[in-house]
Amino acid sequence: MEDIKILSARFGKIKPDSVEEYINAGGYEGLKKAVTMQQEEIIEEMKKSNLYGRGGAAYPTGIKWEQAYAVKKDPKYLVCNADEGEPGTFKDKRILAEDPLLLIEGMTIGAYIMGAKEGYIYIRGEYSAIQRIVKSAIENAKKAGYLGTNILGKGFDFDLHVVSGAGAYVCGENTALVESLEGKQGRPRQKPPYVKNCGLFQMPTILNNVETYSCIPCIVNVGGERYSSFGTEFSGGTKLLCLSGNVVNRGVYEIPYGLTIREIIYNLGGGVKDGKKLKFVHLGGSSGSCLPESLLDTRICYDDLKKNGLSLGSGAVLVVDDSNCVVDYLKAVMEFFEEESCGKCTPCREGNQRLLELLEKLSQGRGTLADIEKMKSIAQTMKMTSFCGLGQSAPTALVTLLKYFENEFIEHTAGKCANGKCSMNSKGVN
Amino acid sequence: MDMINLKIDGLDVSVSKGTTILEAAKELKIDIPTLCYIKKLNEVGSCRVCVVEIEGKRGLQPACVTNVSEGMVVSTANKTVRETRKNILELILANHNRECLSCPRNLKCELQKLCNEAGVDNVYYEKKALRSPVSASLSIVRDPGKCVLCGRCISVCANVQNVGVIDFAYRGPQTAVTTPYEQNLSENSCINCGQCIEICPVGALQEKDDTDKVWSAIDNPGLHVVVQVAPAVRVALGEEFGMPVGSNVEGKMVSALKRLGFDKVFDTDFSADLTIMEEGTELLDRINNGGKLPLITSCSPGWIKFCEHNYQDFLDNLSSCKSPQQMFGAVAKSYYAKRADIDPAKIFVVSVMPCTAKKFEAVRDEMQVNGYREVDAVITTRELAKMIKLSGMDFTKLPDGTFDGILGESTGAAVIFGATGGVMEAALRTVADILTGKDLQDIDYKEVRGLEGTREATVEINGMEIKLAIVNGTGNAAKLLDKIRAGEANYHFIEVMACRGGCINGGGQPIILDKSKTEEVRQRRAEGLYGIDRSKEIRKSHQNPEIKELYADFFEKPGSHKVHEHLHTHYVKR
Repeated sequence: MEDIKILSARFGKIKPDSVEEYINAGGYEGLKKAVTMQQEEIIEEMKKSNLYGRGGAAYPTGIKWEQAYAVKKDPKYLVCNADEGEPGTFKDKRILAEDPLLLIEGMTIGAYIMGAKEGYIYIRGEYSAIQRIVKSAIENAKKAGYLGTNILGKGFDFDLHVVSGAGAYVCGENTALVESLEGKQGRPRQKPPYVKNCGLFQMPTILNNVETYSCIPCIVNVGGERYSSFGTEFSGGTKLLCLSGNVVNRGVYEIPYGLTIREIIYNLGGGVKDGKKLKFVHLGGSSGSCLPESLLDTRICYDDLKKNGLSLGSGAVLVVDDSNCVVDYLKAVMEFFEEESCGKCTPCREGNQRLLELLEKLSQGRGTLADIEKMKSIAQTMKMTSFCGLGQSAPTALVTLLKYFENEFIEHTAGKCANGKCSMNSKGVN
Repeated sequence: MDMINLKIDGLDVSVSKGTTILEAAKELKIDIPTLCYIKKLNEVGSCRVCVVEIEGKRGLQPACVTNVSEGMVVSTANKTVRETRKNILELILANHNRECLSCPRNLKCELQKLCNEAGVDNVYYEKKALRSPVSASLSIVRDPGKCVLCGRCISVCANVQNVGVIDFAYRGPQTAVTTPYEQNLSENSCINCGQCIEICPVGALQEKDDTDKVWSAIDNPGLHVVVQVAPAVRVALGEEFGMPVGSNVEGKMVSALKRLGFDKVFDTDFSADLTIMEEGTELLDRINNGGKLPLITSCSPGWIKFCEHNYQDFLDNLSSCKSPQQMFGAVAKSYYAKRADIDPAKIFVVSVMPCTAKKFEAVRDEMQVNGYREVDAVITTRELAKMIKLSGMDFTKLPDGTFDGILGESTGAAVIFGATGGVMEAALRTVADILTGKDLQDIDYKEVRGLEGTREATVEINGMEIKLAIVNGTGNAAKLLDKIRAGEANYHFIEVMACRGGCINGGGQPIILDKSKTEEVRQRRAEGLYGIDRSKEIRKSHQNPEIKELYADFFEKPGSHKVHEHLHTHYVKR
């Protein structure tokens, strides 16, 4: 296994906001090369790189940028989604805190391609200390001529602003993020129009995740084909994974696409903690799927995951050992979504609270088989009719756990929680 | 035009590009149910009731905001759609205060109708969302427990009225439509127009019910209770009793009011004629003597409050005339009291209005005559219908009654006050006669009629060119005033009505259950008023014999000192 570090190469090794140290450690090579290239050429390299959006939706970035480039309307804006609200996800935090200039370089290349004069980095409110680092990095890049006016003497201008989120998960959704940037409530917009045509201030907007932008300098530098070869045939490059839960070595790992989930948990993560057995893995954050032991040999690559009905999402790998109860676990997940639903559409606003209500019934020993059927039915309605990705994916954990652990749910209707996690405090009395 | 061919429920249809699935289905007489959707006003696609299945598309799509595309194959009521729609409605109903039997919207509730049609026969869930308690201003009651969060009220308040005192707040189960800092609507710049009530699909917004006040006045033998009825009420009240939209039920309404026990049944049309006498005089005076122009009408209390909050630099432009409602009260407790030899302290004046803002207007400090409150209780058209129903009258079969004198005679000019442009036309009829010194016969000022939000006209009377503008909806008024501020437009006389279409569409009028028919209903109610005007023998305010008598006997002449004491007012900065 080739140990390739593209995104995490400088983590902990440089002063994060120092342009000089960044350059000495190989930084800004991508931008320097980019400004000698035609815009279309760079996009071509991006397409060859098989880079897929790292925020969770996994849309091919090269194609997205090609479409955005083709939009004939000015000004265009570049926006970075650094809201990182998906539970179990803490990878963007590392880039922002330890190598923010990589992100800035990626966005600057984007600005060069798109002719954008202004960009925004929307950073979650909880990262307030990190926001200061990013702001300082921006100032330093400007002083050094890598940002601001007449960048690298090539006559193009680009300025970046840091905007703080206010704690809403839904603002990780593209259009809700744009609304929030405009100072409005964080609620998703009807699509189409898509942000690439009509985004921030109704202008064409290129919106990507921190990690996605951070891949661009390397792609320009080494070329799309070479970058792609770091991963698998259909999933180019490397990915930051966030390993957490009942695992020995929690943390952020940069892996080439193609490793299996088992390799990640046991080789990188050192296996399940305290000698317990693995029950399931929650992949891609709370909105992602839960997979049982039998699927651990699935490779981290978009095609293989899709074949098994899974998706990588943001790159969260949450290990859950067999002392946990699925009903109890799901309650925590659904409490999160109940709270984070923006309240705009019926299925998400009402559905999440009703799923939680039925899970609570199960955990109190009051649940019935009909409740399980009702949960399936609401989950299906939410998936099919919610306004945005939040509501569509909120029941994913429930649906997948029901698929793989239905018996455990049924046991709860008989008043039994094998793991002793649910109170089962009687039929109807709290 | 580019035509798009698609199939809906197996039927071929061809519609122009940019049409939504909802609209395309209408062409095929397929009614896809909707809840949050109001055409051109609230196209947000948030309730998800209108979801349909499109072949080859993942999930279901909202028909109200999804445009058709070539070759699209749509199912609007297959098994998946039916079951999903039922699930969604059940979810909405689960968090809705289901006290339907005691809800004023019972049988006029869109949610009730939708759930009924979708076969929602059971609500599975136990928990109820915790929502804020009911709150009431002088005009409007908000019941968050019934709110379905469709956002229509927010859209009408912000985008039609330019008021914007309500919006979504919080998220998840706490999501609510509320005011800044949870203020009561009486504490902010709400103009009490009640357009939010009209657009609400359920009973989450209602008028402040004042029927109890009226009942106890009627039941009090020590009071002489008189009632006045605004022009727009008579062409809408019939809807509450299943009569065709726009029917003139003036006669039956008068009979009903008499049976309810009012001592005298008078007509706001009478005081509308009085308003014209005063306002027409004021206009000529301002034009001839260099007064502040444009003169802007002041009959609409929603508009007045809007102006007092947002356009304070125009307060001097407002006509100093009180509204017909208040003029009536002032006359009832002075002239009428004297003529009938009744102690004004014993007279209780009730107004029946198409308007919720009138409830606020009646309690304004300025609205007193000789120390007496001019109007003691205001009820809406809907509240009157409630009283009639409660009394067990078969309204549709009542005989036609006639208004009582000496405050009951009116002209065609007065009745058209109820439609946008009507005040303007009524004023022109009188002003033209004054300026020419003739009894002109050609008095239909069609150029000022219509339901468009903003209309302009120039009329020439006896060599004098008068530039006019008519706006309805405070949002349209705001745009016009902005233009005047910017020096891009100017007029002699502007009529402003707070509600779109004028009083016929006021916040106190019968609820239109099928919101897609709103335009048509406005049109028919307005036609009802113009029909009454045509049928009147006297169609000019200054020819109203009771008005002539009032001046001869009491006020002397328009604009007199006594008139100013009784019938004119001033405005405040809010």
